[in-house]
Amino acid sequence: MEQTLTERIASIHPAKVVNDFCITFSTVNGSGSATANNVLLRALFKMGIPVSGKNIFPSNIQGLPTWYTIRVNKDGFLARVERDDIVVAMNPATFTNEIGYLVPGGVLLYSDDIKTPVTRQDIFAYPMPVKKITREMDVPPNLRDYIANMVYVGVLAHLLGIDLDKIHQALDAHFKGKQKAINSNYTVIEASAKWAAANLVKRDGYSVEPMNGTEGYILTDGNTAGALGAIFGGVQFSAWYPITPASSLSESLNEYLPALRKDAETGKATCAVVQAEDELAAIGMVVGAGWAGLRSMTSTSGPGLSLMSEYLGLAYYTEVPLVVWNVQRVGPSTGLPTRTAQCDITSTYFISHGDTEFVLLFPGSVSECFEFGWKALDLAEVLQTPVIVMSDLDFGMNEWMTKKFEYPDTPVNRGKILWEEDLDKIQERFKEEWGRYKDLDGDGIPYRTVAGNHHPRAAYLTRGTGHDEMARYSEEPDVWERGLKRLGVKFQTARPILPKPVIHTMVDASVGIIACGSTDPAVEEARMMLAKAGLKTDYCRVRSLPLDQEVVDFIAAHERTYVVEINRDGQLKQIITLEIPHLCTQLHQVSHIDGMPLSARWVKDQILAQEEK
Amino acid sequence: MVDQVQAVKPSLNLAGLSRSDYRGSPSTLCQGCGHNSIANQIISACYELNIIPDNVVKFSGIGCSSKSPTYFLNRAFGFNGLHGRMPSLALGAMFADTSLKGIGISGDGDTASIGLGQFKHMVRRNLPFVYIIENNGVYGLTKGQFSATSEKDLHLKRQGVNPYSPIDICMEALASNATFVARSFAGDPKQVKELIKAAFSHDGIAILDIISPCVTFHNQENSLHSYVWGKEHEIQLHELSYVAPRDEITVEDFEEGTTREVYLHDGSQIVLKKLEKDYDPTDRWQAFRILEAAQKNNWLVTGLIYVDPTQPTMFDAYDLPETPLNRISADKLRPSRGMLDQINESF
Repeated sequence: MEQTLTERIASIHPAKVVNDFCITFSTVNGSGSATANNVLLRALFKMGIPVSGKNIFPSNIQGLPTWYTIRVNKDGFLARVERDDIVVAMNPATFTNEIGYLVPGGVLLYSDDIKTPVTRQDIFAYPMPVKKITREMDVPPNLRDYIANMVYVGVLAHLLGIDLDKIHQALDAHFKGKQKAINSNYTVIEASAKWAAANLVKRDGYSVEPMNGTEGYILTDGNTAGALGAIFGGVQFSAWYPITPASSLSESLNEYLPALRKDAETGKATCAVVQAEDELAAIGMVVGAGWAGLRSMTSTSGPGLSLMSEYLGLAYYTEVPLVVWNVQRVGPSTGLPTRTAQCDITSTYFISHGDTEFVLLFPGSVSECFEFGWKALDLAEVLQTPVIVMSDLDFGMNEWMTKKFEYPDTPVNRGKILWEEDLDKIQERFKEEWGRYKDLDGDGIPYRTVAGNHHPRAAYLTRGTGHDEMARYSEEPDVWERGLKRLGVKFQTARPILPKPVIHTMVDASVGIIACGSTDPAVEEARMMLAKAGLKTDYCRVRSLPLDQEVVDFIAAHERTYVVEINRDGQLKQIITLEIPHLCTQLHQVSHIDGMPLSARWVKDQILAQEEK
Repeated sequence: MVDQVQAVKPSLNLAGLSRSDYRGSPSTLCQGCGHNSIANQIISACYELNIIPDNVVKFSGIGCSSKSPTYFLNRAFGFNGLHGRMPSLALGAMFADTSLKGIGISGDGDTASIGLGQFKHMVRRNLPFVYIIENNGVYGLTKGQFSATSEKDLHLKRQGVNPYSPIDICMEALASNATFVARSFAGDPKQVKELIKAAFSHDGIAILDIISPCVTFHNQENSLHSYVWGKEHEIQLHELSYVAPRDEITVEDFEEGTTREVYLHDGSQIVLKKLEKDYDPTDRWQAFRILEAAQKNNWLVTGLIYVDPTQPTMFDAYDLPETPLNRISADKLRPSRGMLDQINESF
């Protein structure tokens, strides 16, 4: 006799799964689901459970499918996973696909106005009367669609055991204490949870339990962190042009500057932000400000960075300090503007014409986005050169559980900047006339004066054309070569003062892994999986270019090192190969780009497959 | 004896400086180039205004004109930036110390072609800045190609005939709500100087489009950008004098009833002596009309075309401290540990 669907589902005896699963929310872009998803993420975090949230969204304002994934993991592994344990389906257009991603025994929660048949019988399906519940609530019709997503928050809270108090706290944080918004959303959540309690019989095995896994952590995104880092690093000028996924970095500056950067005595602003007419102008403004003695920065992504390349070359050659945040997205061209990548490493390292190179920093967590936010400003002024922070969309636009921001442990470092009395002292110390491009210390870094310095010897004319040590125009062959070689010395000076790599080892590890940036959680989880499969690994997370000697030593110490990254060509491996050609045969490429963050499983499978060769 | 000593002593201005304190390096431009004459008028204007050279910051883009900042005010900081992108460079730099005066030298290629966007955006922001376009209607440094201000049907030796209509820089400035728009002719040094002085006193963007003939590639008698044509076709809107705040205007200088005064932000005045035309430079529509008429009638209209000294500047939109931003001490730039604790709490 054929079983009915309900009977089949009833016959599955699911294993109990606590604090270790993945939920995907499938909604329509612009329907206001971000609030609902964010509230759930924060409520789980407030219960002390390690969580991560990733938004997979289209380049569109309203109408196209969008997904949000929350991973709950008691062991703190928070990389993307490819299959879903729970799917919340609110978008009829993608319903059938969604069902396909569920693991056997998984949960499907769906809006009951979706009439597409549920084709799988090895899952638990719970329809939700979304329209009915929202109709019964006292909600203005124009807000009904937005608040509809709160229904799944309430139903999930009941099914998984999410504390409603924590949800209320999460709403409070999300709406920054605005009672009206908090209350109207909470009413729907509470009513939906009540409806679920009265009408749904829980058969699946998934649940959450409070734990103590988030102590010392905060929940925020990399763009907010980068902006706050810059504010604590004393940024004084920023110019920018809107571009996904970098815009929210500059918007965060605007949000936090008024409270954080008013002069204590005068109440005046100590940082100015200008929205430029394009990236050509944004970088021009930042070069001007950096040249005139302001701690100066901009933020952009691939296409914007391409537009900035000429001014970056000028800044390199005229030795102007500034910081650029490159929040990477998928290229070439417009590419996939709302998807993540590490595909600008090679192009950014040499971004302008002529012999150039640039200092790159690679934050490997949202906390490091904060840390590199202030460090980059110090390094730029110390080295008198552009410093480019290589973040990506995954960091920039997703909320991460990350270590609390730590107060800078070194004072603001303005580098070799000379005001009137400093200039006299320098001339006395070195017993010679100061010149803008004289390498008095032998470290490739000259001393600089800035506009407004009234010392009679301070002024000079900065030019992108050939210039000598006194900043005078010169086309002399030996002057040109001397100047360019001196700039090379500066990059040797840079190596030891840039952020060191982070190296994690295992006893008896036989192979090495190198990675940078947002792939860190996937790599760490893959190492655990590989160890279980019998392959122990050491891991070196690169945090800056030009390369630190410790990275070179790491590669030399391993017969094989896999370089894991999100791009087609293995760009980090390309750069390492250029720097240490004699070791390049020990490097193996593990790279992949499809717009999604790497999963631990993919990293593990790729390395195992190459090991078997 | 005493008289003899005084005769050889260079005369000092109120800043205690001699004219040579305003000099730059020797020009490397062609002899007779209009740009050199403009550089000399900048020197004279700054000297007569008693501006201390290190209170000026000079900027330029790329081209013959953009070499000019080397030829005046050696004691001022300067930055020779990228082609067409001097405005953004200057804007960022001027935020460092708003007490400094900014002057930018650009050309018609630099401003009206690659730089048209940055030019107009700088204008719309009303950054306090003297923006001089040395307009010769030709690309000199790349040896004589048409520029965006070259007149239609112009014939150049190796280029043939220009098929496109020119861009009128003053018109573009006006359309973008410029608060000071003037046109002059390098062959009329007195007017150039008076306009530069007025521009320095204007609190806002001051656009000076100066027709500056290129003696090497573009000085044909029939061309708008030549000395001969300019001298023959120049129509001055007024006789223009700049009066510093402390100078007293005497009735003998200006015949009553024939003058119009415009007061600038610092208390100085521009006194405009009416010529045959009764022109009001504070009337934006009249400014548009005169530019339109000039185009139709083949006039080179010079003088102060438009001024509005009352508009807020870019800096008025920012609540900046009196201490220049670039002199604020490092310890004042970092918020407290307590503030970071509060932020961590909020996440």
